[in-house]
Amino acid sequence: MPDRSPFWLADAVRPDFPILARRVGEWPLTYLDSGNTSQKPRQVVDAIAAQYLEHNANVARAMHLLGAEATEAFEGGRAKVASFIGGRPEEIVFTKNASEALNLAAHALGQHLKLGPADEVVTTVMEHHSNIVPWQLLCERTGATLRWFDVTESGRLDLAQAHADGLLNERTKIVTAAWVSNVLGTVNPVIELAARAHAVGAVFVLDASQGVPQLPTAVRDLGADLVAFTGHKMVGPTGIGVLWGRYDLLEKLPPFLGGGEMIEIVEMERSTFAPPPARFEAGTPPIAQAVGLGAAADYLSALGMDNVAAHERAITAYALERLNAIDGLRILGPNEIADRGGAIAFTLATPDGAEVHPHDLMQFLDSRGVAVRGGHHCARPLHKRFGVQSSTRASFYLYTTPDEIDRLADSLIYTRDFFTRGAA
Amino acid sequence: MSVEAMYQEIILDHYKAKHHAGLRDPYEAEVTHVNPSCGDEIMLRVHLDGDTVADVSYDAVGCSISQASTSVMSDLVIGKTVDEGMALAASFSEMMHSRGEIEPDEDVLEDAVAFVGVAKFPARVKCALLGWSAWKDAVAHALAAKES
Repeated sequence: MPDRSPFWLADAVRPDFPILARRVGEWPLTYLDSGNTSQKPRQVVDAIAAQYLEHNANVARAMHLLGAEATEAFEGGRAKVASFIGGRPEEIVFTKNASEALNLAAHALGQHLKLGPADEVVTTVMEHHSNIVPWQLLCERTGATLRWFDVTESGRLDLAQAHADGLLNERTKIVTAAWVSNVLGTVNPVIELAARAHAVGAVFVLDASQGVPQLPTAVRDLGADLVAFTGHKMVGPTGIGVLWGRYDLLEKLPPFLGGGEMIEIVEMERSTFAPPPARFEAGTPPIAQAVGLGAAADYLSALGMDNVAAHERAITAYALERLNAIDGLRILGPNEIADRGGAIAFTLATPDGAEVHPHDLMQFLDSRGVAVRGGHHCARPLHKRFGVQSSTRASFYLYTTPDEIDRLADSLIYTRDFFTRGAA
Repeated sequence: MSVEAMYQEIILDHYKAKHHAGLRDPYEAEVTHVNPSCGDEIMLRVHLDGDTVADVSYDAVGCSISQASTSVMSDLVIGKTVDEGMALAASFSEMMHSRGEIEPDEDVLEDAVAFVGVAKFPARVKCALLGWSAWKDAVAHALAAKES
């Protein structure tokens, strides 16, 4: 086989994503916000359309032909997702999104572990708000104490400091962390964190929202007890998230939301509940979304997650090189490619040292077709930790090309120079 | 309309050198307003002397639009009566919600007319309104405190 460009994957998949051919005025669209939500290939959209147009019915309770087809398609989606992450179908709980999966984990674990004032829950300062706030609420309800891992200046979890502080100890009942930071791109040492949590008898919950889309995933090797992620960041639809759990743990957890299909027998005084995953899926589930997510898993599997991860690495390395060459640009988090995912957050200053605010930067980039995210990216504590109010984030995926990185770099320089002129 | 045209020289001037910035005494009310979607934050104080807005002081972080708009707002309302200030706030709000389709009165809104272009970018309208919302809220608090 002839040598391929390190970016061959993007060229191969772009025809599947018609939206990427859009133009913004005179500029080609440059979509660098995949960490926010990924674009969807035709194969996923077609699968969703076919479900609605040819097989639509409710699942489980409808006993007719279409009901059987819909149930088969829905459960087929569950099986595909299970296989994609190396789990079993009965370990896959469908939720609305990753946030709901984490809220489910917090509620059910809090009740199961009978969390109280003597207990501690540990998260990290680099988390997305959805892996902070559910645990804050849990601690408020139970009187438990919320603690967190700090980060080093280079954007890695400060494990040494945590060890020195006795962060994990006999009071620790739950430890949670992101696999890949949505802001810094840091890939956390998940296996080590899980081992440390288990060593003190705590349950380890992983927010894999940015990990599953980018990295080959084998949940059992990660060591986590519960793993949350979402469909829309892995070329799947919005409206569906996943909580994977070790079945022996899921089996012990109480329900989170009550309603149809999560019960065995309902009396007016009390009810008994279905086994997992149905116990955690009250009401009509996201049926077409499960079908779409199954198609997304198929799509990524056919390309090979090793190839997806290799592309992410190559394009991120190229972006780091281009961005580091821009005067006034400061990257938050790891500046080298090792243990790093495809999101780069940065600040940009004019030669007089004044920051170009991310909202202004984003507006200029948008006018040149470059879509990035500006703000605190649902990680305000992390920004505070780094002494900045907000940042701009470019995030990449399997369809991102080096040309797009070049357009990002050129637009950043143009914007910096515009605001430099304003200062003169 | 181009983004370059939206960022008028007046806006950049106010952004680089904000008027009346910093928190000062005396004041009757202090409020904090945030724009959770982008993280812009403002703490703003109002000092009333009878019916007159004697001082507006603030500590704010945010984009050029929110910062410049707050600076222009402070220029406009200081020295005016509360009613005159509220009328200006209403005129400014009307301009910002016009999608850039009304001709603002420069005699009334002075430097604030520069923001008419921002009204064409719906996502940025609340940036321009942040300081004004904080000011109206602080005045309401100051008046309520005076009555009680």
